[in-house]
Amino acid sequence: MIEQSKVKLIGVGNRFRRDDGVGWQIVQALRQTHLPETEALEASGEGASLIEFMQGGDTVLLFDAVVSGATPGAIFRFEAHNERIPTRFFNYSTHAFSVAEAIEMARALGKLPARLLVYGIEGDDFDGGVSLTPAVQAAIPRVIELVMLDLKSETTATANGIT
Amino acid sequence: MKNNKNGNTRKSRTIKVDYLARVEGEGGLFIKVRDNKVRDVKLRIFEPPRFFEAFLRGRHFMETPDITARICGICPIAYQLGSSYAMEDACGVKVDGPIRELRRLIYCGEWIESHVLHVFMLHAPDFLGFEDAIQMAAKYPDVVQRGLRMKKIGNDVMTLLGGREIHPINVKVGGFYKVPTRKELSGLMENLKWGLDAAKQTVELVATFPFPDFEQEYEFVAIHHPDEYGLIEGNLVSNRGIDVPISKYDDHLIEEHVEHSTALHTRVNGRESCFLGPMARYCLNYEQLTPLAKELAKAAGLGRVVNNPFKSIIVRAIETVYAFEEAIRIVESYEMPNKPAFDVEPRAGTGYGATEAPRGICYHRYTIDDNGIIQDAKIVSPTAANQKTIEKDLWNFVPQNVDLPDEKLKWQCEQAIRNYDPCISCSTHFLNLEVDRA
Repeated sequence: MIEQSKVKLIGVGNRFRRDDGVGWQIVQALRQTHLPETEALEASGEGASLIEFMQGGDTVLLFDAVVSGATPGAIFRFEAHNERIPTRFFNYSTHAFSVAEAIEMARALGKLPARLLVYGIEGDDFDGGVSLTPAVQAAIPRVIELVMLDLKSETTATANGIT
Repeated sequence: MKNNKNGNTRKSRTIKVDYLARVEGEGGLFIKVRDNKVRDVKLRIFEPPRFFEAFLRGRHFMETPDITARICGICPIAYQLGSSYAMEDACGVKVDGPIRELRRLIYCGEWIESHVLHVFMLHAPDFLGFEDAIQMAAKYPDVVQRGLRMKKIGNDVMTLLGGREIHPINVKVGGFYKVPTRKELSGLMENLKWGLDAAKQTVELVATFPFPDFEQEYEFVAIHHPDEYGLIEGNLVSNRGIDVPISKYDDHLIEEHVEHSTALHTRVNGRESCFLGPMARYCLNYEQLTPLAKELAKAAGLGRVVNNPFKSIIVRAIETVYAFEEAIRIVESYEMPNKPAFDVEPRAGTGYGATEAPRGICYHRYTIDDNGIIQDAKIVSPTAANQKTIEKDLWNFVPQNVDLPDEKLKWQCEQAIRNYDPCISCSTHFLNLEVDRA
């Protein structure tokens, strides 16, 4: 039904740091509702692991919390197979080789999946804790709607940027 | 004139790197040149102080591995094991058998992750003339892919033993919360064997890089154990006569505050700077290397001691071979222990621990009371200890290369700093480059 092609999901972040866990919560919500059999990775953001996991996927969806100064809960969507990821969004890692670098490295190596859609959700609170802030929680069903549109259309035309 | 973009003349120039790339954390470099003579070199560390030692006071001794792991995302094991050893020392517990072997194994995972990241992603682009590893990947895709897979194998070791690849959560004072079965561990074997082969090829590759002629005299300091390559336990030794238990660290390596850095500088008591890390371990633990590692070192043109810091990349590759061999040895001989950890009961006292982080000795000292509450803490990271030596290298390197145009000189100075794989985030308890020629 939904996919003929192989879909893989990546949730980046630390689920014990409140809004940083939104990526993995989206992955879990997608598997509970529409995509139960999909291969998924809960990722720290470490680059080598991300690149390896993406291999073999036709469509890879990556979800991560971002800090850009936008309103909490704002959703950013990038067609990373077509465009560079602005590093300012994913630049908070202490590791020298993380999400944006991993994607650009995979591009240089010719190892990007045919479609790599990166969703960034503006976070608010990254302190210890397992609950998301309300605005970030409220973004999850909206992200899922966008993802379902993405998966219906191989050449999706959803708008980029803040939705 | 080529190099007077800033109004400088050949007689007086400033080389300034405001923000050093391809190092961990935030630091800069300032070099002042007058009449082709170096007048000032400052490795500026402006990463804010992190106060770990202060906020460990009043915490329970069992919390130290999890708190100190947060000092670094690259070498958490150095902090987890260093603090565990110090607490076990204070409480009179000696960890041995399979748990000790698993400690060496998880450390091999950290060495593989860290060394491979540095060799392929951070340092190799310097030698091959690329801005970064992504540019390098376009020209040398096979090499970069090999590095990525090797690093991933390091991640897998960390994940299996540590619970996750970054900031592992399974290490505790006394051992581990949970230990793997033989079967779980043997699942690593195929990749470790592939990794060993890839590590051999890495030595062969980096040995062909062009190296500046830059032999220096150093006091190398490392952990030395008679029966194994220095990693988790042993005496503090140097090539100039230090050979003492870790509890005497503070008598021999002295920390000093300098104005231009938020990280303390280290010098050897009564002497000058010290050099920690792969070249120090290689010098002081050569006999404990495996026959294969020795053979590869020889084939790569390394002598019994390496004094050219630019060749640290070869030594790091040799140590990566060692780490894969050691990991294979441990996986092959592993017997699952009955209990995942030794019991450690608190008692008042001071304990010392030091292990070999990828960048060198990471030293811990704690004083606890009878309830295990921390009264005092001291942690010294290898990058902090190496700062003085990095500056000394630049004092000697710049005059030899002072005729280079600013951009080229700046590049080589940054490369000279990366010889030490500095981890600035850790050292604050680091980089931008500035050369002032006017």
